[in-house]
This record gives sequence, C-alpha cells and structure tokens, in this order.
Amino acid sequence: MVGPDGSIRAPYADVAKWLEAAPPDQLERLRIESELLYRRGGITFAVYGDAAGEERIIPFDIVPRMISTAEWARLELGLKQRVRALNMYLADIYGKQRVLKEKIVPEDLVWQNPAFRPEMAGVSVPHDIYVHIAGIDIVRIDADDYYVLEDNARTPSGVSYMLGGREISIRLMGDLYGAHRVAPVEDYPNELVSTLRSIAPKAAGDDPVVVLLTPGQFNSAYYEHSFLADKMGVELVEGRDLLVRDNFVYMRTTERPKRVDVIYRRIDDDFLDPLVFRPDSLLGVPGLFNAYAAKNVALANAVGTGAADDKAIYTYMPEIVKFFLGEEPILKNVPTWRCRNPNELSHVLAHLPELVVKEVHGSGGYGMLVGPAARAAEIERFRGLLKAHPENYIAQPTLALSACPSFVGSGVAPRHVDLRPFCLTGAKGVKIVPGGLTRVALKEGSLVVNSSQGGGTKDTWVVDV
Amino acid sequence: MLSRTADNLFWLSRYVERADYFARVLEATSRLAALPAAYSAPGNEWVGALATAGCYDAFMKEYDKPTAESVIQFLAFSDKNPFSIRQCLETARFNARAVRTALTVEMWETINGAWLELQRMDKSTLAPARLTRFTEWVKDVSLRFDGSGYRTMLRNDAYWFSRLGIFIERADNTARILDVKYHILLPETSAVGGGLDYSQWAAILRSVNALTAYHWVYRESLRPWLIADLLILNRELPRSLASCYREIVDGLDNLAGAYGRQGRGQRLARALHNSLDSGTIEKVFQTGLHEFVTHFISDNQRIGAAISEQYLI
Amino acid sequence: MRIRIKHRTAYAYDEPVYSITELLRMTPRDHDGQRVRRWRIDLDQDGRLVETEDAFGNMVHVLSLHRPLDSLAITVEGEVETDDTVGVISGAVERFPPGLYLRETALTRPDAAIKEFAADVIGDDKGLEGLHALLMAVKREVKFENGPTDASTTAAQAFKGRIGVCQDLSHVFIAAARSRGIPTRYVGGYLLREDGMVQQTAGHAWTEAHVPALGWVGFDPANGISPTAAHVRVAMGLDYLGAAPVRGSRSGGSEERLEVTVAVDHARGQQQN
Repeated sequence: MVGPDGSIRAPYADVAKWLEAAPPDQLERLRIESELLYRRGGITFAVYGDAAGEERIIPFDIVPRMISTAEWARLELGLKQRVRALNMYLADIYGKQRVLKEKIVPEDLVWQNPAFRPEMAGVSVPHDIYVHIAGIDIVRIDADDYYVLEDNARTPSGVSYMLGGREISIRLMGDLYGAHRVAPVEDYPNELVSTLRSIAPKAAGDDPVVVLLTPGQFNSAYYEHSFLADKMGVELVEGRDLLVRDNFVYMRTTERPKRVDVIYRRIDDDFLDPLVFRPDSLLGVPGLFNAYAAKNVALANAVGTGAADDKAIYTYMPEIVKFFLGEEPILKNVPTWRCRNPNELSHVLAHLPELVVKEVHGSGGYGMLVGPAARAAEIERFRGLLKAHPENYIAQPTLALSACPSFVGSGVAPRHVDLRPFCLTGAKGVKIVPGGLTRVALKEGSLVVNSSQGGGTKDTWVVDV
Repeated sequence: MLSRTADNLFWLSRYVERADYFARVLEATSRLAALPAAYSAPGNEWVGALATAGCYDAFMKEYDKPTAESVIQFLAFSDKNPFSIRQCLETARFNARAVRTALTVEMWETINGAWLELQRMDKSTLAPARLTRFTEWVKDVSLRFDGSGYRTMLRNDAYWFSRLGIFIERADNTARILDVKYHILLPETSAVGGGLDYSQWAAILRSVNALTAYHWVYRESLRPWLIADLLILNRELPRSLASCYREIVDGLDNLAGAYGRQGRGQRLARALHNSLDSGTIEKVFQTGLHEFVTHFISDNQRIGAAISEQYLI
Repeated sequence: MRIRIKHRTAYAYDEPVYSITELLRMTPRDHDGQRVRRWRIDLDQDGRLVETEDAFGNMVHVLSLHRPLDSLAITVEGEVETDDTVGVISGAVERFPPGLYLRETALTRPDAAIKEFAADVIGDDKGLEGLHALLMAVKREVKFENGPTDASTTAAQAFKGRIGVCQDLSHVFIAAARSRGIPTRYVGGYLLREDGMVQQTAGHAWTEAHVPALGWVGFDPANGISPTAAHVRVAMGLDYLGAAPVRGSRSGGSEERLEVTVAVDHARGQQQN
C-alpha cells in the first residue's frame, strides 16, 4: 500500500481513509459475516492429509487489494503475451519440435518430463490452442516490476474464490465498493463458456454441448466445479456419467445417451482415460483419449499441458517468448538457478539460508524451502536433497514481495500477496477479466500464500485513479 | 437430465424419508416402553423397534442385548448401522452435495444446515430423556426438506424423481411396519383385546403419523382390521400403500409425458396401483395379511429396480 | 520364414456386463524383415472396430459395446513373412527420437537394487557388449516362471522376487538399461517356438535398445537371444501398457473368466484358406 517514499499509493487513498474511519470492532464483525456467508453457501475446500478438517473454508480478508487501471493494462499485455507463448510452445513440442532442433530448450526437459505426454505427439487440437484456461501467478516487487512466479497450465483453480470474494465485497463493503469504479469480474463464467464453445468440433454445429468433468465430491476443488457448472449452465459430470461409443463421447441421461462436444475437465491427465493413462483410474472415461485424438470431442485444457508449466521449463520462458513471438517478455521471470547445472548448484548450496528452493515438478507449496524462515535442520535436510537429486530442484532469491494491508485479528497489518489472473484463450484470442485471485500469506512474515499452507484470499479491485 | 443426477435426487429423498420414519419408530417405541409394566411385555418394545427398522441382526453383532440406551444409540447415531438416522442424513447430504445445482437454495440449506447441526451434536450418547428433542428435530428437518421441495422446485423431471424417491421409500416403510406387526392385527388377536393390544395398535399408527387420522376416518375405537384397511387401502391417508402408489403412478406418468415414452416402470406401477385401488380389506385378510404384505414389499422393490434401470443408470 | 498366428481372447461373465470398451494393439505392421501377408480381427458380437494409430505408430482398434453381454471373444488370425535381421530393427514406423525412450514409467522405475545391478553388469558400456551382458544377466538372475507375477507387477518387484514371465524380464531389462542412459523400449508380439510347441497361453514380449551407429536392436531376455525370424513384432511402447494386446474396461458383471489361446505355427500351403 505504501510506496518507496512512504506515501500512500494512489489506488489505496480511499481504502486508507476507510480503514482509519472504521470502528475497531467493525472489521472483526465483517470478517465473521464473510465467513458465515462462505460457510452457509458450502464454499469449502478439502485439505489433503488432514483427517480432522474434511471441509474447510479459506480465510477471506475483507480489505481489498487495489490495482490501478494503468497498472492492469500493462499486466494484461504481459499476460496475453505469456499465454500465447505457452500455447505456441506446446503446439511446437507436440508438433514440429523446432524449439528442440534450434536448441532453445534442452531435449531431456521435454522427452523425460513426466508431464509431457508422448500420446499427444501428432494429435492436432482445435486452433492449436492447448491452454484454454491459464492461471499465471504474479508478484509485484516495486512500482513497475511484475514477476511471474509460476505458470499454471494444467487445471488451475481458485476462480470461484475470485467471484465469491467479489460477491462479499458487494454485500458487505457496499460503501467502499460504491465509492470506486471497480472493473467487473462477474462475467467470467460467460467468457469461460464462450471460450469452451469456440473450440467445439465443427460437426457439433451451432449449439455444442459443453460439460464440466469433475473427479467428484472428495476433490478439494469440488465446490468450484459445481459453482462453475451452475454459473455456466452446463452439466457437472463425473467419469461414470460419460461413455464412448464408436469414438464419440456421450453422457448418460434419463432419456438417452446425449452427445458431448466439449469437456472442461478438472481431472488430471493421469486419470482421464484408464485405457491410455493410469489403468487403475476410476475417475476417467475409457476410450476418451481416442475420441479426443480423432477430434470428435474437445478437451480444455488439452492433454499434456503440464509440459509447459513445470519449474524447469519456467526458467526457459523468457527464451521461449523471444523465440516464438520475437518480442521481449513484458513480464519478468524471477531470477532462477537451475540446480541441474553444477555451477548453479554450488551457488545455491553456498547461499541456502537466503534462497527459496522449489521442487521442479511439485505444486501447492509442498516440498519447498524458504531459507530465511527455515530452521538450520530444515536447511540441512534440503542440502541433502539437493545433493542427491539436483535436477529435481530450482532456487530463487527471496523477493521483497509487495505487501497489502490485511485484517489479522489484532488489527490491520501488511501481509505479502500474489495475484493469479485467469487467462482464457479461445478461437477468438485471449480474454482476461480484470483482476484475479489475490492470495495473501496471513502468517506474519510468511511468503507462502497457498491455501493448503495457511494462506487466505482477498478481492482484487482494478480501479481508475 | 443426467442419470446420476436423477439417481442422487431419488436417493436423497429416500434417505430423508427413511430418517423421518426411524425417528417416528423411536418415538412410538419409547411411548410403549414408558407404559406401566402391567400393560407391556418388558424389554420387547426395543426388540420390536429393531425389527421394524429392519436391523435386528446388525444390532446383535454390536451389542449383547437390546436396552433402551443401546437401541436408541444404534438407531439414532451408530456408525456401525448404515441406516441409523445419522447415517441416513449423512448419505442424504452426500447425495445433495452431488446435485447441488439441481436443488433449490431452500432445499440445499435445509439439508446442509441439518448436516452441520449433526456435526455439532454429541453423538456418543443420547439419553432417553433427550430422545424426544432429537426425534422432533429429525421430523422437522424432513418436513422442511419435503416442504421446501414442494414449494420451490420447478415441476420438471427433477421434481418427479425426488417425489418418486419419497413415495417408494414411504410405501416400503408402511409395508414393513405391517410386516413386523401383522400378528397383532390378525382377527383372532382382536378377541384378546385389552390394554396391551390397544397400546401396540396405537404405536403402529403413531409410527406412520396416523393415530389422529384413524379417528377422523373411522370414528370408532381401534380395530385391527380397520388399522390394516387404513394403512393399506385408504386413499386419503398420505402414508397408505394406496396413496403412495397413486403418487408413484402420477410421478411416472409425468416422466413418461415429459420424455415422450414409457416403459416397464410405468406398467408395473400401474398394475400394482390398480390392484390396491380395487382391493378390499376382506380380500386382503382372505389371502392372509402376511402374504399380502410380503408380496407388496417385493413388488415395490421390483418397481424401484425398474425405475432405476429405466432412468437412473 | 512364413508364420501363421491365431490368437483368441474370450471373456465370459457371471452376470451380464452392460458396457465394454477395449483398445486392441493386435495388428502387426511391415518393417525390414517383416511383411504382413494377411491379417484380420473377428468379434463374436456385433460391433464396430474403429481403426486408429497411436503416437508410437502402433495400429490400434477401439471396440466399444454398450449393451448387456454375457460373453465376448476376439480372434485375430493371419500370416506374416519374416527374415532374420540379426536383431536389428529398421524400416519400422518411428515417431520419436531415441531420447524419449529414457522416460521412467511406473512399471519400469528402477529401484536401488536394479540400479546397482545395472551398474555392475553394464558399467559405462552403452554398446552391444554391455547390452548382451545385461541380456544374459537378466536371464540368469530372474527365473522364467508363470505364477507369482501379474500384469501390474513392476520391474522392481519382479527383480526382488527373482521370478517372472517374459513381460517382467523385459521390464527389468528396460529399467536397468535406461538407468544407464540407454534408450530402451518394450515390444509385444509372437514367437514361433523352436521346440515345436504350437499352442501357447499368451503372446511373447521382448525389448529393443538403441545402440549408436546401429539403431534399434532387439533383445529377448526370456530366451537370452536377439530376436530372429521366429519373432513377429506387433506393438511397441515404453512398457507393457503401451504395447498390451488388450487394454479394456467394463462396467457391470461380477466375475469375469478370461481364456486366452495362442497358436503360432509354420504356415503351410494346405492350412491356408
């Protein structure tokens, strides 16, 4: 909220006044009310490995995160560029592999990447789009610099919290909300469904049937799945609701099997089709992949998009943007040491207490080391891991992440935040609703914003100043 | 509509209805048990409750003997009993969560609210003294669920599937009570009469919420064949087999209309409804009450299976 | 050599199943030293086989039946002409560079024991000698025997038990070779047995490893040899799952009885029809 010179940044002017004027118990009351709204609506998520809390809500911080329209415009350009590059990269590695022939990316990062799906090689996808829904995690370091922390190109989640947060802002913070011209995000489900319809097979005609495929109630994001299906007006299906006959996909209905043209799938590649991927999957649809490869059904996202978003490929993104678009990347990459490279590994080992170490194929904030916050024993444990399997890790400097005013029980205090805008790519190009999901590390000093690690969310207001 | 959605709606209703029925069984039993010893055969009421709920064997695997405390615990809260009231509500909410978007907000909030309240309850014991409060709560949940569905749902296939669930379950429940208690409704028993029989008869009627209704319909004191008549053939009593089947036929006709085709479910249900509609209680007793009821239960199951085959898988 | 093959896979179900979907990799293709003379797939139920090709270049047929069935039999039958190429595979459909065949899969992930074994046997010799040493070592260390292993047994499990069928021996070979940086893959097919045993209970499986300068070379660990004119190559993948003759799924039905019969024989004029 505060700029380098100590003054209040322009977008926060009214928020600062509002916070000052708010009676001390009002913030706590709003926090409780917002929690009740979440709880009553059943807006919950499940935490893996936590037997006690089967269903929890993510803490919502009522103080909005503010972004000026001008800042957003630049961010949007950068995001569109990034998403275009991701799609071109994927089309290339599953197609002509120019990026390998020209040695932009080392071969083994493709061929031996667990998220690369050999089954996809030579399969053509509608409009050459692989990542229809991308969640790009971004942090702001100073007034001008946004860094991409991570590309999420598989089945990014969290958009329901973006929409839920906005709903709460409107219901509980009417006065402050009304005082700003906040750019709307409510249109996201419509944008999503038109993106999905735009990739339907030609044979589907003017009114393609779209469904959302969920792993089911026990999935941590089930609420989001049912929420989005409802808002889009499409069926929420599980694998057992679908069947493949003669290479076409149908859903089982009370009348007769009904053709399905586009599947927004929130199931990982591994579980999509037991006849092609993991044979023990009970969540998928036998025969689905072949129907997909025959272009009789479209999947969003495409199969094998994870090959573009792991942390090893991330380090090559600036080169990938330049190679495919011939442009300088607008959004920067966080400087990253690739531990697979011996020189870089020795640097990392020498500076462990200052660095953040991440698993190349990990996600969700599990299995990472935050050097400055870690105990000596933890640092030593990672030293051992790094020496044993350097290729599994990357390291980054701890960034001076921007902090936003957040209500933390004892009062309002700065907490670190990141931002996940949701980028939709369809036949007509890239569309991004202004804002996104702001995640906040509610623990003092923490840099980890993942909901599975005690993070919370905020509403994000893109405003004219 | 997705077959699985229809299936979830059907079973959601069935489980709420079942929870309601078990609450009534517990209530009626505790009244019987509270009678002075002279009128009752001590201890038997709770065995009767288990039999009526169809879980005597499951109970005996967990406990030595049926006492008030153990039977109440088993029927109300036990996680060893897949059909305890708690498990019924858990399963109902599981089904509801799977089809949230097919439910109205009112229905979802009723079932989710009940589930949340259930999480907060102390489930380790339910003292007989607290029983009434609990059963009242369960009946209230089912009343609100049923009522909110009736008041807020669109009259489309979703509605008819959820109605079918209620009435297939309700017909099964009414038939099961008759199946367990038929011996005290037989003509030869009536000669015995006496206080014990009266309170047993009254308990049957209470289990299906029909004690007051009996007096309005027959305007005389309790007679076993009239009780059987009321529960089997009376068209006005909402829990009679005849009423349930009128609703089932109605629901299936509406589905057939909406989908433009009919099948085995419609044919079987209509046949059973016709036989109830044209039946008399004398004929029922001629065939034998027990035989009649056993037959009905298996017909009802067959119709449930036909509905499932036709629409739900 | 002209080889005649008849392979029947028959399912019987205790209760009717209402849905079956299967991917069949049962159709061989031509390459140097192998020419498919005639080949057909027959079903004993009405249904369509959709023919496609997977990313590795294997022929795949998709079978989907959605009606109550109490049995299903799939019969493939045909003739293939072969020559001995001293194990070298050329002229086959190749969709990926050798580097892809270094991927680990769940079935071929080497554990510490396999890595140590591979280091001992192969050392740093990525050429023919190292691979021949591995071929003999796998045959010696892992006893060929039916029974203890099944289709989901991993290389590490088979190596630990020191027992397995041709699938398991191939997985151990693959895991070991890849752990030394040698691109290796799994091959499914048929073997005309030297001992004249025509009736067999399953097809055969072996491996191919990439040797610089030579290209892909076959290794049959169950027999301790490189493939000869007696081997008919049908499908190839990263492991068994990528080359399995049938990958299927069904809903409904309780118990399934599966009967597989394979007959591999010299094609003789009078047997042709």
